[in-house]
Amino acid sequence: MGPAPQRGTQSGLRHGCPMLTTVAPSLGWEGTTPFKRTFMRLLQIVAIIAILPIFATAQQAPPAPAPRFVVVLDAAHGGDDAGGTISTQSGQSGPEKAYTLALSVRLRSLLAARGISVVTTREADTALDAQHRAEIANHAQAQACLSLHASASGSGIHLFLSSLPPAQATRFMPWKTAQAAYIDRSVALAGVLNSALAHAGMKVSLERTAIVSIDSMTCPAIAIEVAPESKPGGDTIGLGDPGYQAKVATAIAAGILQWRAEPRLP
Amino acid sequence: MIPRYQLVLLSLLLAASVAMSAVLWHLRDRAHQRLLAGEVSTPTQAPQVAPVEQATLLVANDEDGSLQARVLSLPLPPSSGERARAVLGKLMDLYAAQDSSHPVPGGAAAIAQVFLLPEGQTPKSSAPHGTAKDQQNAAQLAVVNLTSAFAASHPSGIQAESLTLLSICATLHANLPQVTEVRFLVDGQPRETLAGHADLTRTYLAADLSSVGTTVPAGSVQ
Repeated sequence: MGPAPQRGTQSGLRHGCPMLTTVAPSLGWEGTTPFKRTFMRLLQIVAIIAILPIFATAQQAPPAPAPRFVVVLDAAHGGDDAGGTISTQSGQSGPEKAYTLALSVRLRSLLAARGISVVTTREADTALDAQHRAEIANHAQAQACLSLHASASGSGIHLFLSSLPPAQATRFMPWKTAQAAYIDRSVALAGVLNSALAHAGMKVSLERTAIVSIDSMTCPAIAIEVAPESKPGGDTIGLGDPGYQAKVATAIAAGILQWRAEPRLP
Repeated sequence: MIPRYQLVLLSLLLAASVAMSAVLWHLRDRAHQRLLAGEVSTPTQAPQVAPVEQATLLVANDEDGSLQARVLSLPLPPSSGERARAVLGKLMDLYAAQDSSHPVPGGAAAIAQVFLLPEGQTPKSSAPHGTAKDQQNAAQLAVVNLTSAFAASHPSGIQAESLTLLSICATLHANLPQVTEVRFLVDGQPRETLAGHADLTRTYLAADLSSVGTTVPAGSVQ
């Protein structure tokens, strides 16, 4: 009982850093002046106090990182590739690349305002090939990848899935068919977006086709093509209508929010 | 004073000229009559290059993104390759019409050639096996060579381009069931996309009905 309380009553300095106390005699502190000895003791205390937080943090279990929800917005075309020609509200025509960039900027603002991390493939009128777009999307490890397009033909919103047959994910996926491992989740994402757009009163069609950029994406990927909106009376709302743009962007953002709430997210 | 012999000679030459003119006029009339006698006055029949048969065309509709079957009577050559080109040419003519549901300029001239190849042909499998009918029914790969003018004038858009390619594939499979795969060239060369969107580098499965565009009611996709 005797030695044990003594050990217990010893300061935590010995327990915290025994090496310093055992090394101290060899440093010849006993032969020094009391002032110097006190100074060295104080220095020892300061050093141990500085080290203690490191031990404390190391002993705590690392907190589980919060799942990061990332959305990739790919504004199609850009640079020399103007895409198709679409008519604006003023009756003039404009390039598809400008419309997709404007929609991407608007959608990015809506999603960022709701706390969603957004990665865009381009922020200006720059040229990007399909491979580079897929590289950006794959590096982002996103939960949703949206390729934004516009067309003067047809009406409403056209959602496109990759036409690749579903396949099991492997460690090394072929670049041209990497999307095959994500087809099931892409179908689920398309269903959520389809519901959100239809809920906003828009005509939606869902099809499967071969598009180089989304075929190489390793994320749930959808190509969204915005076409003029046909009204029952025969009137048509052009792509240049700011109200129509806002309506489309708001509906897509609502769909992404719903997708974020899906329980099957990784 | 003109000598007498010169007057006589001049008169003879003049008389000979008139006589020869009369003979030439007569010969011309005879030749004309002979031509008229050999001409058949009944209307001629247009040359028939091929017997008329029924062909099924899968026509694209931009409004709902669908393919609608339309049966037409066309003169179809007996050769499979020429038959495929004739059917696709008619399909392109429908798209080039003013009231088209899928307006695409170009017409029949958009299809330069259609080649039919045995699917998955290897040196070993190319050896003749089975009967001629078996070989005719074997799966074939169709290579459709489009013109660059058609690709340049095609409307840009995922739906518009996809519908054109899918209608070509579905029309080929409907009229030549042995065609199960389709590849596309433009002016004999591979090309990345048709007009900036639809992938032209891949092989399309003509019999794959899941890739045919259909309008899905809202909320029915899960």
